[in-house]
Amino acid sequence: MKRRTFLKGSAAAVGGAVALGFDLRQARAEMRELKIARTTETRSTCPYCSVSCGVIIHTLGDKSKNVKPSVVHVEGDPDHPINRGTLCPKGITLRDDIVSPSRLTVPQVRRPGSDTWERISWDQAISEIARHVKDTRDRTFVAKNAKGEVVNRAPGMGIIGGCTDTNEFNFLMLKAIAGLGIPYRDTQARV
Amino acid sequence: MALQGLEIRRSSASLRGGGTGLRKMPTVAKYIDTTICIGCKACEVACQEWNDLPNAHTAQTGTYQTLPTMTANFWNLIKFREVETPEHGLQWLMRKDQCMHCDEPGCLEACPAPGAIVQYVNGIVDVDPERCIGCGLCETGCPFDVPRYAQGTNKMAKCTLCVDRVSVGLEPACIKACPTGCLQFGDKASLVELAKHRVDQLQADGFAQAAYYDPQGVGGTGVITVLKHGDHPEWYGLPKDPTVPTTVSVWKRVIHPIGFIAMAAAVFGAIGHFMAFGPKKPKDTSKESGGEV
Repeated sequence: MKRRTFLKGSAAAVGGAVALGFDLRQARAEMRELKIARTTETRSTCPYCSVSCGVIIHTLGDKSKNVKPSVVHVEGDPDHPINRGTLCPKGITLRDDIVSPSRLTVPQVRRPGSDTWERISWDQAISEIARHVKDTRDRTFVAKNAKGEVVNRAPGMGIIGGCTDTNEFNFLMLKAIAGLGIPYRDTQARV
Repeated sequence: MALQGLEIRRSSASLRGGGTGLRKMPTVAKYIDTTICIGCKACEVACQEWNDLPNAHTAQTGTYQTLPTMTANFWNLIKFREVETPEHGLQWLMRKDQCMHCDEPGCLEACPAPGAIVQYVNGIVDVDPERCIGCGLCETGCPFDVPRYAQGTNKMAKCTLCVDRVSVGLEPACIKACPTGCLQFGDKASLVELAKHRVDQLQADGFAQAAYYDPQGVGGTGVITVLKHGDHPEWYGLPKDPTVPTTVSVWKRVIHPIGFIAMAAAVFGAIGHFMAFGPKKPKDTSKESGGEV
């Protein structure tokens, strides 16, 4: 057998083996990289129910000047005493709530008789709400009850706190609302 | 290409299979206690969110179950089943269904694409979409009806046991979310201990048939399920005694090697014949026909 023939034969044999399904590449493990490896973590509170679970919001980028951050993932906060990392099926969709195009990000008002929502500025919203509070209080104010005792209450309004409001915020809110004489008030003071 | 991530224990259709075999790691597992599952589906949503899977279109079919079966973009499904028997009355049973991460995976056994289905040293069975050829054979090897195929590419997709999280020391997304603690994650040995403890509790509470499901027909699974009616896993949609189908193991372990040897013998025989006797020469017919052209 000539050397040339042997080499030809060997090449044909290797080619045949590869064609028949030998995989000559090194077997290797490759898996998806951890998508939150270098995201910025922000602790927050789930805004849905009054349980007020702690969440960690993972934001793309490291807060550098030239980065426009966006939320890529939300999961439970293992250090939070209420949920200790767990979340309910609604809370765990928070990312979709944050990035949703229909998320409400500006004040809107629907005027009496109107069927559309009108965008207004924050300043306008605050002054309009203040006007309404003053007018409603003036209209419904009860200075004395049927027995003639001084009560100074404004029963035309009520207020309810949000589940992400902190204890301190709730304390101030109740002080302010009590100062207006509003008797119907509730907080979700759990945070 | 650099070797990254966990070492491979087994690899589909590969002669050299896995890694060095030197690195030992504890086998990880999921623990599912169906007796305290409330069917809230937080695990389903956590899976969808973590794996960036698009929302599934659902339809009301008279059950709380999200979809009739798992799909290529829905890997974790709570199965709600109503079972009525004379002795137990109506039972409403729910169980988290996903890839069972078998110790001897039938899908990996059936897969003909080298390295498309791998088992890492910690027992996680994963699919590499880059190497998957979309042939659908893994479905024939799976006794739990898990593999699903992506529309368009036909590549297989299933629960990865969040190998990207587990490999950096995090728990899978579904386990983390579970609000009742019916899902637990850890190394398999300690979860088997936990399951035994829970079964003892259930038996003391009057569920004499309570058992945990870790079928040995597939070498044990990476998902340990505690069942109140351990004598009837089929009530929960689990096969009673799952094994890799004989056709798959005969095909891969007997017919495939024989065919391979036969083909190789034919190739080497042909080469040997060529080298020994040279090419076949055509008969010289010029003399017989009188040399006419």
